Amino acid sequence: MEWLIQILNSVQYGLLLFLVASGLTLIFGIMGVINLAHGSFYMIGAYLAFTLSSLTGSLWLALPLGIALSAALGLVLEWALISRLYRRNHLYQVLLTFGLILIFEELRSIIVGDDVHSVAIPAVLAASLPLTETLSYPVYRLFISAVCLALAGLMYVTIQKTRFGMMIRAAASNPEMATSLGLDIRWIHALVFAAGVALAAFAGMIAAPVSSVFPGMGNQVLIVCFVIVVIGGIGSLKGALIAALLIGFADTFGKVLLPEVASIAVYLLMAVVLLFRPLGLFGRA
Amino acid sequence: MIDAVLATDSLTRRFGGLVAVDAVTLSLSPRTVHAVIGPNGAGKSTLVNLLAGDLRPSAGTIRLGVEDITDWPAHRVAQLGIARSFQHTNVFGAFSAFENCRLAAQSRHRSFGRWFVPAERYGDWNAAAEAALAIVGLGGRAGAAATALSHGERRALEIAMALATAPTVLLLDEPLAGMGPEESGHIVALLKRLAADHAILLVEHDMDAVFALADQLTVMVNGRILASGAPDAIRSNAEVQRAYLGTEAPGVI
Amino acid sequence: MKRSLLPWLVVAGVLLLLFPLVAEKFYLQLVTKIMILSIFALSLDLLVGYTGLVSLGHAAYFGIAAYTYALAAPSADPANVWLTLPLALAASAAAALLIGALVVRTSGVYFIMVTLAFAQMAYYFFHDTRVAGGSDGIYVNTRPDAIVPGLDLADDLHFYYFVFAALAIVFALLAVILRSPFGRALQGIKANEHRMRTLGFATLRYKLAAFVLAGTIAGLAGYLAAAKEGYVNPEMMAWHQSGAVLMMLILGGMGTLVGAVLGAFSYVLLQEWFSALTKHWQLLMGGFIVAAVLLLPQGLVGLPRLLLRRRGLRSVQPNDD
Repeated sequence: MEWLIQILNSVQYGLLLFLVASGLTLIFGIMGVINLAHGSFYMIGAYLAFTLSSLTGSLWLALPLGIALSAALGLVLEWALISRLYRRNHLYQVLLTFGLILIFEELRSIIVGDDVHSVAIPAVLAASLPLTETLSYPVYRLFISAVCLALAGLMYVTIQKTRFGMMIRAAASNPEMATSLGLDIRWIHALVFAAGVALAAFAGMIAAPVSSVFPGMGNQVLIVCFVIVVIGGIGSLKGALIAALLIGFADTFGKVLLPEVASIAVYLLMAVVLLFRPLGLFGRA
Repeated sequence: MIDAVLATDSLTRRFGGLVAVDAVTLSLSPRTVHAVIGPNGAGKSTLVNLLAGDLRPSAGTIRLGVEDITDWPAHRVAQLGIARSFQHTNVFGAFSAFENCRLAAQSRHRSFGRWFVPAERYGDWNAAAEAALAIVGLGGRAGAAATALSHGERRALEIAMALATAPTVLLLDEPLAGMGPEESGHIVALLKRLAADHAILLVEHDMDAVFALADQLTVMVNGRILASGAPDAIRSNAEVQRAYLGTEAPGVI
Repeated sequence: MKRSLLPWLVVAGVLLLLFPLVAEKFYLQLVTKIMILSIFALSLDLLVGYTGLVSLGHAAYFGIAAYTYALAAPSADPANVWLTLPLALAASAAAALLIGALVVRTSGVYFIMVTLAFAQMAYYFFHDTRVAGGSDGIYVNTRPDAIVPGLDLADDLHFYYFVFAALAIVFALLAVILRSPFGRALQGIKANEHRMRTLGFATLRYKLAAFVLAGTIAGLAGYLAAAKEGYVNPEMMAWHQSGAVLMMLILGGMGTLVGAVLGAFSYVLLQEWFSALTKHWQLLMGGFIVAAVLLLPQGLVGLPRLLLRRRGLRSVQPNDD
């Protein structure tokens, strides 16, 4: 039964990572921009959850507010900075977004400080589901998994089945053609970027009650997301999901079975994948 | 290697459901010009990419003489003396025309362990580069940056780079693309001279050039060979006329 | 290009040689630090500016050499520089060979991400395990022993000249290598790797060699940094360090050796200035980086050209065409 708990933890962790990584891989796949600051959005989400739930007294109120704020941040950033990176080479994208990380970290330090905070689990989800006589599993973690799965499904449906999704895919595969067909590429890019930011921030918000809110969380999640995107293949949501779950399991079971190796298990996994598939599991050249 | 025949046997390349090159069997003999013609999308460029090692075949084989080079990557194929030019000019834009050819000449020699003597000191390589530029008529433009060259000059540079590697086989993918009649004339005359001691596979749309140069002609449609043989026989082949040549009017289709 | 630069390089060299005569201790140490980072920046320039491989994990080799020194140094006596330095270089080279063999098969964004990921692996290895002091790091109480009579690396002045010599050697070595057939091949790879393969160059081999060479030189910088401070910790291979050295290149201008050194000088001086202004200097640095990327595509090296063009535009008369 303990294994079931670890499996549930792996799935939950993997799905949460997928939420963050999906934004990263979409932004790269559709706009060709590598965004180092993506982890910062996760951190911003977590800190938003903390400050907004302290202000409003409830995580439920904090969530929609936080999503709206982070989407707005995404739109502003895209308009002011990211849109200037589309045609430049990756080095400049890396550097500019690296500069953004420094800015976000310091702003956070100035505005909220460097302390570690916790966010309370909403009362209705604070129970635990009994699995055996002695073991139970927190409902909130199941909630996280459910929400991530639902969002993953929503993403799939949006991209594959709606007109907006079709426009996104058109813009991704042939921007010039899409523009000449009347699609406003700039708006598509802006919306995709804002969606990516909101997804990462939302992940940070719902993760906050279980992972607590601390300064280094953005960088930590970013590196893992990079590994996910490398393993899954750039631009592939399916690859990101599979890779995220793989990492979720590798990390969770790694910590349980071989604690010393746990932190590097993820990179070893990446190394192995690279040996056989330099473009990731589902990446296209 | 100069007398080796470059031959394919049922060479096939699929991209998902699309069969770009379908069981193509042909051979390229030394000191001949074998032209490959066909409508756009017939698979001609894919064929060149397969022969050059830029793409791996899905099925079939490629041999140079007795050597099976089917799965060889591009750099190994190039070292065998098979040089190619690209349909879309693919030179080192920021470098001078001379440096483009010098690098090409350098490829024939060991560079990997040579860290200390400046590259300019290798007189043989400089000479090969100058000679290649002279052959295509770019001698006076050696110092110009490749991006500063005119379109025709850049197509000529493509060929010069191939020549600077002292090849025995030339795979030329639409060398005359976008050239005016005078420039084309120069290149056709050049290719005629080169045919005396090279094996040339020429993919082209310019029918005047093709019939002026080709010793052998292969027509490709939808990835398959429609007809292959002597140019006159092909020209009067009814199927070929229907599928590709249309009227006898010469010029670009 | 090199010919017209030579007199300037000599002048710069002489200035650096004479600097200790006028500088007080703080500035002596500062310029020593800048020269060490110049070596680091030069090593990355080889990779990014000349071979076109944008590595975001270069600090790994800087840190590995530093740790090798700290681990090899005896607890009480000074380490033998002629033993520990080659050892540290070998460690960096080996790491670069291992990681490089895996990553040079990737390109573009993948390359950026995997180099970062492997550097993070190294970071976590040193940070989370007790192999080398964990997040606390290791102290080395004395500077290495140069063995050569008269050269006392514990003396800041001697150490300054030791680092200067290292910088001069690295600079000269890279200048020579980049003009060689091997160096030309690297630049060809940056310009158009596909074409290089079509010409018959086994480009993977060259990229790996550049990666290892760059990693080794970064190791030299790491060794000197550890020797100077007497302290190593995982932050030396954190990605902030990798990002900083990349920033130095863009500040100075990649694709030129002088630019790398200029960039190192500019970055450190900027950092000192910002730190003096506020404890939240990273905010200023981040803002500066963003502005630099948007406004200075060629780096500082391109500044004269940029300014000249502006002035030229203003002086063009309407009837000049």
